[in-house]
Amino acid sequence: MSKELLKGNIAMAEAAVRAGVEAYFGYPITPQTELLEWMSERLPALGRTFLQAESEVAAINMLYGAACTGARVMISSSSPGISLMMEGLSYIAGTEVPVVLIDVMRGGPGLGNIAPSQGDYNQIVHGGGHGDYHPIVLAPSSVQEAIDLTVLAFDLAEKYRSIVFVVADGNIGQMMEPAELPPMRPVRTEYPDWAVRGSMGQARHFLSSIYIEPKDEEVANYRMMQVWKRVQENEIRYQEYYLDDAEITVVGFGTAGRIALSAVRNARLQGVKAGLFRPISLNPFPIDELEKISQHTKKLLVVEMNTGQMLNDVQRAVKGKIPIDFYARLGGIVPFPDEILAEILRINQEEIPLEGDPRQRWMKRFAPVINWKN
Amino acid sequence: MQTEIIIAGFGGQGALFAGQVLAYAAMDSGHQVTWIPSYGPEMRGGTANCTVIIADEEIGSPLVLNPKAAIVLNLPSLDKYEPLVVPGGVLVVNTSLVNRTAQRTDIENVFIPVNEIAEELGNRRLLNMVALGALLAKLPVLSLDEVEKGLVDHLPERHKRLLEVNKLALHRGAEYALQAVT
Amino acid sequence: MVTTATPVQVVYKRPTSLSDIPTHYCPGCTHGIAHRLIAEVMDEMNIRDKTIGVAPVGCSVFAYNYFTCDFVEAAHGRAPAMATGIKRVLPDRVVFTYQGDGDMASIGMSEIIHAAGRGENLTVIFINNAIYGMTGGQMAPTTLPGQKTTSSPNGRDVETMGFPMKMAELLSQLDGAGYVVRRSLHDPKNIRMAKKAIRLAFETQVHGLGFSMVELLSTCNTNWGISVLESIQWLEDHMIPAYPIGDYKVSPAVANLKV
Repeated sequence: MSKELLKGNIAMAEAAVRAGVEAYFGYPITPQTELLEWMSERLPALGRTFLQAESEVAAINMLYGAACTGARVMISSSSPGISLMMEGLSYIAGTEVPVVLIDVMRGGPGLGNIAPSQGDYNQIVHGGGHGDYHPIVLAPSSVQEAIDLTVLAFDLAEKYRSIVFVVADGNIGQMMEPAELPPMRPVRTEYPDWAVRGSMGQARHFLSSIYIEPKDEEVANYRMMQVWKRVQENEIRYQEYYLDDAEITVVGFGTAGRIALSAVRNARLQGVKAGLFRPISLNPFPIDELEKISQHTKKLLVVEMNTGQMLNDVQRAVKGKIPIDFYARLGGIVPFPDEILAEILRINQEEIPLEGDPRQRWMKRFAPVINWKN
Repeated sequence: MQTEIIIAGFGGQGALFAGQVLAYAAMDSGHQVTWIPSYGPEMRGGTANCTVIIADEEIGSPLVLNPKAAIVLNLPSLDKYEPLVVPGGVLVVNTSLVNRTAQRTDIENVFIPVNEIAEELGNRRLLNMVALGALLAKLPVLSLDEVEKGLVDHLPERHKRLLEVNKLALHRGAEYALQAVT
Repeated sequence: MVTTATPVQVVYKRPTSLSDIPTHYCPGCTHGIAHRLIAEVMDEMNIRDKTIGVAPVGCSVFAYNYFTCDFVEAAHGRAPAMATGIKRVLPDRVVFTYQGDGDMASIGMSEIIHAAGRGENLTVIFINNAIYGMTGGQMAPTTLPGQKTTSSPNGRDVETMGFPMKMAELLSQLDGAGYVVRRSLHDPKNIRMAKKAIRLAFETQVHGLGFSMVELLSTCNTNWGISVLESIQWLEDHMIPAYPIGDYKVSPAVANLKV
C-alpha cells in the first residue's frame, strides 16, 4: 500500500471499513459529517449496514442493539451529539458489549461552535454516562494515527468487551495528510458466544445492563473493574519527543500535542532544553510514565484546548514533585505554536511555585489575551 | 525546516483546491505535508482559506501564525494576511480584485491579475492555478514539473479534459511573476 | 364396569416459547395474557429459535425472563431503536419489542415514530393500560381525561396536562407501517382477536411487509385502585370508547396474507 493524501474524517471512516465494521449508525453534525457521508456510500456497497438515525439518542441505541449481536459496530459524532449518546453509552457499558465511538470534538458547552476543541475530555475520560464504568479513550494527533487508532479501537473493544473512544477534533477531522490505510480485513463470520443472534437450536442468550439485586450489580461492577485493571496494565500508549535531556516537558494530547511539538522544536533552536510528552491513551492515562518523567525533568507545561481537564490527571501523576504551569486556548480557538513557545521561554526564565493552582496563574496571564476587564 | 503557505479567497475561487494540488505534489515528491482548511459557515459563499505546510520532518502544528508565503485572491484576504507573512516571505496579490497596493516592503510582493489571465486562457476558474504558478516562481519549494505531476495524478477524473489548460495556467502565472516588476 | 378407551386429549399446555416460571406481575394484570399470546404465536409459527425480543423499561422490564427466545433489554423508550440495530444486522431473524404506554408513547415517541416511518421490519406489542405501573400509578400519555393518578390527583385536566396519545391512529398515518391495529384483552372473544392480530403482525414481519404494531388495551387494577373484575369493566366502559378497537392500517400486501 502507498500513501494517499487523506482527510482525517474520511481516513477514520475508511479505516473502520477496512477493519471490518459491519454496522454504522449516525446523525449529521459538523465537523464530522464527512465520516457519516463516507459510510453512507461505502457500507451499503459492501453489503453492510449503514443507517442515518433520527437522532443521536436513537443512533446510540441502534448501535447498542447491533453490538448485542456481536457485530463490529461503530458510531461517530461531535460533542453535542456525544452528550445525547451518554444514556445509551451507559447501558452499553453495563451490558459489556464492544463498541467504537469517534468524537470529533468542537467548541462548547451547549451549541458552542464547530471549531476544534478538547472540551469533552472530562465527559469522555471520566464518565459522561451514569454509573461506574471506564471507557478506553485514544487521542490521535495526525491522520495516520487516526487511522491506526481506529483499527486498534475495534480490537481493544472486542478484547475487553469495552467501549473504545477515538477522540479527535475538528482539526484532525478536516486536515489532509499523507497516510496509509490498512489492507481490507474480511468481515468475520464467527461470533462470540455471548452474542444475541437468535438461539438457532443452541442455548438461549440474553444481554442486559440490569442487575436488580444490588449484590449482583456489585459483582458486575467488580468484574468490570477487574477488566479495567487489565486494560491499565496493558494498554497505556504515549509518545515522547526530545525527553532524554529535557528540563521543561510540555504535556499535551491530540492537536494541542502536535502544536506543542512545533513549539518544542523552536525552543530547542533557541537553546532551551524542551521536550514533549503526548499521551495517546487518555484512559488509561499514563500516570506512571509521567511520574517517571517528573523525576528527571525540572518543570512541566500542560497545554490543552480546554480549561485544564487533563491538567488534573497530570497533577495526579506528578504528585506535587515538580512545578507545573498551564496554558490553554478555549471555546474552539486553536493555539499557535508561537504562544506555546512564549510559555516555554517564560518558564525557562521564571521560577514556578510548587504550590498553588496552575490554572489560576494561567487565568491571570491569559486575561489580557482576550482583553478581559475585571 | 518547513515552508508554510496560506491560500485565501472567496469561496469558488479554488483556494482550497490549489492548496490540495500543492499538497499532492509535495507528497509525491517525498515531502511531509499537511493541508488544513478553514471550515464552517464561512465556507458557504464567504471566505475560504487553507494552510499548506511542506517539510522534511514530522510536522507539528498544521497552522501557523506567520506563514512563509500567502496567496491572497481578494481584498479581505490581503487585509488579513499581508501583515502576517514572515519578513523575506512571498505575497501573491490578485490585482483583479484588489484595488490597493501592498504596504509591506520587507517581503516579496507579486501583483498579478489572475482573473484576467485566466479569462485569456478561456476559463475563469483557472485563476487559482495562475496564482499558484506565480507563487512557485518566487518560492521554489516545489518545481513546476512536480506540481504539474500532482495535477496529472490527482485532478479529478471529470476534470481531466482541463489538464492541459491547467498546466498552461501554472506556467502563465509563473512567467508573469518572473517578468513583473515587483 | 365398562371402561371406554378414550384417548387422552391435551387441551392445554404451556407454549414452549413461554418460560415455566411464575411472573412478577400483579394478580389480575393482563401482561400475562399478552405474554402467552405472543408465545403461542411463536410456537405456531415455529420461529422461537430465530426470534429476538427487546424488553422495555416499565412493568414488563423483566419480560425477558418469561420467554425462552433470545432477548435484550433496552433503555427506557429506546426499544425500537435497539430492535432496528439488531434487525439491520440480522435481517432474517424475527425481532419484536414489547413496550408499555409510558415507554413507547412518552419517552420513546421519537424512536417509535421513526421506526414506523422507516418501515422497519419489526413487530411492536404495545401494552396500553393508561397509567405508569412500575413507578406506582402516575399519569401516562394515554391516561384518560379526568382519570385520577398519583401525579394527576384531581384527574387529568386536558387544559394543563394535554390529551391522550392515540398511538394506533398516529402510527397508521405513516407510509412505512404495514399493519397497525388495536385490540383488547378484557374478555375471551377479544383475547382471541388479539392473538390473531399478533399472528398477523409477526407474519407481516416475516414476509418483509414493513412495520407492524398491535396495541393491546390492558388493565392495571393495582394502580387503578379497583378490583380485578372492576378493572375489566372499567376498561370496557372507559378505555374502549376512547381507544376504539379496530384495524387502523392494513396494507394491501398484508391484507392478502393467507394465515
